[in-house]
Amino acid sequence: MSCIKNGFETLKGKNEKALVGFVTAGDPDFDRSVEIVRAMCDGGMDVLELGIPFSDPTADGPVIQRSSQRALKSGMSLVRVLEMVKIVRGFTSIPIVLFGYYNPIFRYGGKAFCQDSLAAGTDGVLIVDLPPEESAELTSQWEGADFDFIRLVAPTTGPDRMKQIADEASGFIYLVSMTGVTGSQGLDSSKVGAVIAPLKAVTDLPVCVGFGISTPDHVKAVAMVSDGVVVGSAFERLIEENLENPGLCGMVREYTQSLKDATKI
Amino acid sequence: MNIQDMPDARGHYGAFGGRYIAETLMPAILELTQAYNEAKVSQEFQDGLAKLFTNYVGRPTPLFFAQRLTEKMGGAKIYLKREDLAHTGAHKINNTMGQALLAHHMGKTKVIAETGAGQHGVATATAAAFFGMECKVFMGVEDIARQAPNVKRMELLGAEVMPVTSGTGTLKDAMNEAMRFWVGAVEDTFYVIGSVAGPHPYPEMVRDFQRVIGDEARRQIMEAEGRLPDTLVACVGGGSNAMGLFYPFVGDKGVELVGVEAAGTGIATGKHSASLGAGEVGVLHGSKSYVLQTPDGQIQEAHSVSAGLDYPGVGPEHALLKEEGRARYVSIEDDQALNAFHTLSRAEGILPALESSHAVAWAMEEAARRPKEDIILVNLSGRGDKDLETVLKYMAQKGA
Ligand SMILES: Cc1ncc(COP(=O)(O)O)c(C=O)c1O
Repeated sequence: MSCIKNGFETLKGKNEKALVGFVTAGDPDFDRSVEIVRAMCDGGMDVLELGIPFSDPTADGPVIQRSSQRALKSGMSLVRVLEMVKIVRGFTSIPIVLFGYYNPIFRYGGKAFCQDSLAAGTDGVLIVDLPPEESAELTSQWEGADFDFIRLVAPTTGPDRMKQIADEASGFIYLVSMTGVTGSQGLDSSKVGAVIAPLKAVTDLPVCVGFGISTPDHVKAVAMVSDGVVVGSAFERLIEENLENPGLCGMVREYTQSLKDATKI
Repeated sequence: MNIQDMPDARGHYGAFGGRYIAETLMPAILELTQAYNEAKVSQEFQDGLAKLFTNYVGRPTPLFFAQRLTEKMGGAKIYLKREDLAHTGAHKINNTMGQALLAHHMGKTKVIAETGAGQHGVATATAAAFFGMECKVFMGVEDIARQAPNVKRMELLGAEVMPVTSGTGTLKDAMNEAMRFWVGAVEDTFYVIGSVAGPHPYPEMVRDFQRVIGDEARRQIMEAEGRLPDTLVACVGGGSNAMGLFYPFVGDKGVELVGVEAAGTGIATGKHSASLGAGEVGVLHGSKSYVLQTPDGQIQEAHSVSAGLDYPGVGPEHALLKEEGRARYVSIEDDQALNAFHTLSRAEGILPALESSHAVAWAMEEAARRPKEDIILVNLSGRGDKDLETVLKYMAQKGA
């Protein structure tokens, strides 16, 4: 059984939902990024989504765009991201999912990417701009590997397409809570249930909901109807506002804890 | 599959093309694909577009024998396909009228576009005004500065110009921002992409709307010379004016196809926009093609004196034509393009766009090397009025 699946089963047993935390690898630099992830783990995060920085993140809002730029400026690359995973794997056993855009992975080589990611301790990958129509060129290179390709479902995805996506999915399904880029405001958590119901009807996989979730209240509301909650831009905003603050990691840990508490129902 | 029968049903041109986009956009792209497939075979749609081309765009545009320029070069005959004479001053209007007509058929009332030189922005604003649609145009701040007249034109046409500050504030960044906006507005907004780039069906659709250039040129050169030209030349930014000219000739093996990319201050300086000449295969803005990028797969910034060529990607069908050896891609530096701008202005009384000046520059050099019986047909994709400030600044810098 995959590490991701295992993780969700364990949580179920404890009556908890998963807190999935996203940060861009290497933001603001390699060493501090490792410490930030450590603080998130200490705060009780259940799944790490580690962003591969990209120069042109067209599905991301300004906050994650800037985090990507800081990471690239500090010398981050996909090779360095995998080095970072190795270090993180040394202090945590939670599932680690890479999150990124296709071009850096395409350039790295699909097969090598899978092998090296697994060797580093990664459990899967989510690629924003690789929809089911194009993903076979990558996943066909992974035959037999225990490496999850996390698929996305959006509010615009109709029921037939939802089923198609669910049938091919593994690990968990990432449900985008609203149309828009990451970090969009104005999440109406009361509407998430209506989007999630048709998806739950066609899959047994855990469903995690992301985009626009930034407060414990959001987390609580979304955790009621889903299997996990993804928080990204809010972590990055905290990092950005405290770049020079020596207390940053403590703040990240506390913030993670407050979100994690909201997933216990 | 013959190369002119590409793309396949999934929008692939051999190893290139495709639909590399976020899931949120995918349903809209599928809806667009279906709407376009219907429009392609709808007599009503095609007749409607043909009428707009004739009565509104001012087609056919002339094919002009540039006799004085030809004599000056002393070699092959140079013909100019006068897209600068189309309404709004560039080939871009062919595509925007096509897409706006399609948007109108689909019941959309809001359009967005990205623009570099501002020509596509102006052409989209024009089409939006014509069809009574709300229009937002994303434009990098660097381009807003160097193409100021077009910014004013868009505003006068009722469009809202959205300044883009990310990256270098040029075409790539404008397209990033347009895609971001579209993700949030996809349910009621039609994205009018300005070149044969982006996810399928855009490269195919834009080519089909622009092929009128090549179809007319073919008829016109047969009338003028009784034979097909030896060489077709067009500048390549995203590649739409080039694809529009080339496409009807792809099956004519005797006709050489030459795309001219911007070499900026020289390929060796790294400050250029030659995606086909110096890039690697990658994925940018929804399709796989040649892209200027680092070994780590980060997209690099492009450079060119001409805002319309200042883009690190290129349409996937050009990647196929290159791979198949059917077209070849060369490059022209800023200085050479400026020189061609002045030469054509003085010799023929035609101020070409700086984009088109790249094609003219290569054609001039090539004509001088070729015998007098040869025919070189250049796509003069647009007029140069928008570039006056850039040209004057450049002259002042060079002390000319
Ligand atoms: C006059 C003119 N020619 C050429 C181009 C380049 O675009 P494409 O390569 O799609 O024809 C532009 C783009 O703005 C333009 O304005």
